[in-house]
Amino acid sequence: MLENIRLAFVGVWTHKMRSCLTMLGIIIGIASIIAISSTIMGTNEQIKQNLIGAGNNAVEIQLHQNDYPIDMEGGVPQGIPTVSQQAMEEIAALDNVEAAAQFYKRNIYSSVFYGATSLSNGYLYGIDSNYLGVYGYQIRQGRGFSEADEKGAHKVALLDKDAADALFLGENPVGKTVEIQSEPYVIIGVVTQSSEFQPVINTPEDYYNYMKTSNGKVFVPMATWPVIYQYDEPQSVAVRASSTEAMSTVGKQAADVLNSYLQTGSEGPILYKGEDLLEQAKEMQDLSKSTNQQLIWIASISLLVGGIGVMNIMLVSVTERTREIGLKKALGARKGIISGQFLTEAAVLTFLGGLVGVISGIILAVVISKISLVPIAISAPTALIAVAFSVIIGLIFGIVPAMKAANLNPIEALRRE
Amino acid sequence: MVVRLEHIFKDYMQGKLTVPVLKDISLDIEEGEYLAIMGPSGSGKTTLMNILGCLDIATKGSYFLEEKDVSGFSDREMAELRNRYIGFVFQTFHLLPRQSAIENVELPLLYGGYSKKDRRAMAEAALEKVGLADRMEFKPGQLSGGQCQRVAIARAIAGKPKLLLADEPTGALDSKSGEQVMEIFSRLHQEGATIAMITHERSIAECAQKILYIRDGELHREEAGR
Repeated sequence: MLENIRLAFVGVWTHKMRSCLTMLGIIIGIASIIAISSTIMGTNEQIKQNLIGAGNNAVEIQLHQNDYPIDMEGGVPQGIPTVSQQAMEEIAALDNVEAAAQFYKRNIYSSVFYGATSLSNGYLYGIDSNYLGVYGYQIRQGRGFSEADEKGAHKVALLDKDAADALFLGENPVGKTVEIQSEPYVIIGVVTQSSEFQPVINTPEDYYNYMKTSNGKVFVPMATWPVIYQYDEPQSVAVRASSTEAMSTVGKQAADVLNSYLQTGSEGPILYKGEDLLEQAKEMQDLSKSTNQQLIWIASISLLVGGIGVMNIMLVSVTERTREIGLKKALGARKGIISGQFLTEAAVLTFLGGLVGVISGIILAVVISKISLVPIAISAPTALIAVAFSVIIGLIFGIVPAMKAANLNPIEALRRE
Repeated sequence: MVVRLEHIFKDYMQGKLTVPVLKDISLDIEEGEYLAIMGPSGSGKTTLMNILGCLDIATKGSYFLEEKDVSGFSDREMAELRNRYIGFVFQTFHLLPRQSAIENVELPLLYGGYSKKDRRAMAEAALEKVGLADRMEFKPGQLSGGQCQRVAIARAIAGKPKLLLADEPTGALDSKSGEQVMEIFSRLHQEGATIAMITHERSIAECAQKILYIRDGELHREEAGR
């Protein structure tokens, strides 16, 4: 067997020109499949990255009514208990949960002012001491909330970078006073996320999908929240999963814990639900999936053509080597040995074709991404499958020539000049 | 008795016409015998050779090789017989051009299932016997015609077959190389090999102990003294 493979390589090498031409179909087919799948995977990875952001793996669990998150501005739902300490401990003890926090969150349409400047379309958060940790926020200027701020329900606030820019236009906000729901609050600090992530925007569609969430955020201590709004408002919960892959399950499990504390009477339309970014990413990836699959099918046709080309050349090769085959049979080679030899040759041809195809596919993908700014991701398993697949093509299309060789009549074959 | 042919008939179909090629051939070849079969072209000598070499099957009659009746053997069994019992030497050598002399000699041993080490040792011994110990790694293109035929003889004898079949072994050689090749056959005969040789040259046939003459598919006996 090893000897066969060695001889097949020698054979391919001796007929360089012919081998290259034979492999061309396989090379083109594999190269286009690799290029297409690299682009698809790159785009999918991009969608996921854009939605999830870099590395904090935080999942938000909010109350939902009929699958839509409840906006507390439209009225706080009745009969929903606030999140208990016990529930938080249960959530923190879940597998793959690194940290958990509870918070209030509302849209602020025009309720935060600095002088005459208002922050429109931002979010107001009432946060506990874990919240900034869960989302990976760091204090950039000033200080964070002290224990005294939280216990005493002090009227202090933190801004994120966007809110600071929007309200203060480059001024240092620390120590300034802003007005929230007509009450004065002192800005004590500015926070930013430790790993800044800018979604990659290539199309207007991308802009619509990813940019709408990046608004200014204003944070106040959780204990201060009832001063602005009311006492019995239920909180939301945020957990940080240990890995991106665990986000969906962690979100579901945490929501289950919270839902188990809802009274049975209120169970029904209003439930806690984890925001599932992986699911959202998958939905968006699915949108482009069918088109891409069609592309792969079209590329597969060239593989088929390549396979037929291999069959053709192998048939020629059998004819050319009739005498050799006859001799081998006369010397006692069984049919299996002869057909094995030709199958090996076909497989070696398409193996080399697959290998060259993968390499040129990767080059092609890199060139495409340079020209059209489409992201690419090259995966080793895909490359391996592609090479294995081309070997299989060689074996399939090698069957006919191999059978022809094995069934040659040795007398006729030896006589052939 | 290495070979016993009993009433062998061989017909070929030419369209709808049945052409008889061999007619009632009976022949014994004893162990250690050196036999020449002569005949003009079209006489059926190559067909007889093919049947003896288990490349072809008789239409009628029995063929015993080493006391085994091979008439009903399958393709696979015939391949095994050729590999173990028969050594072929062809007019045009039939060496694989891209492989060295020793690799060519090893080829039938490979099909015989010998280990790499045994193959090498047996092939070296065979090449030494034909006087090519110093040409083992040469490719056929680097060897003369006579040397190529000697490689082919080494290939035929490497597996120690029961019967050595030579089809016009000197037909493609100049007279000097031809003589060398015939000397090798004579030496092999002295060492006890059983040889059947096809030729149409009387001078070549006269090297053998016994000459058979085939004409129109019928065998005629003709004793030849040496």
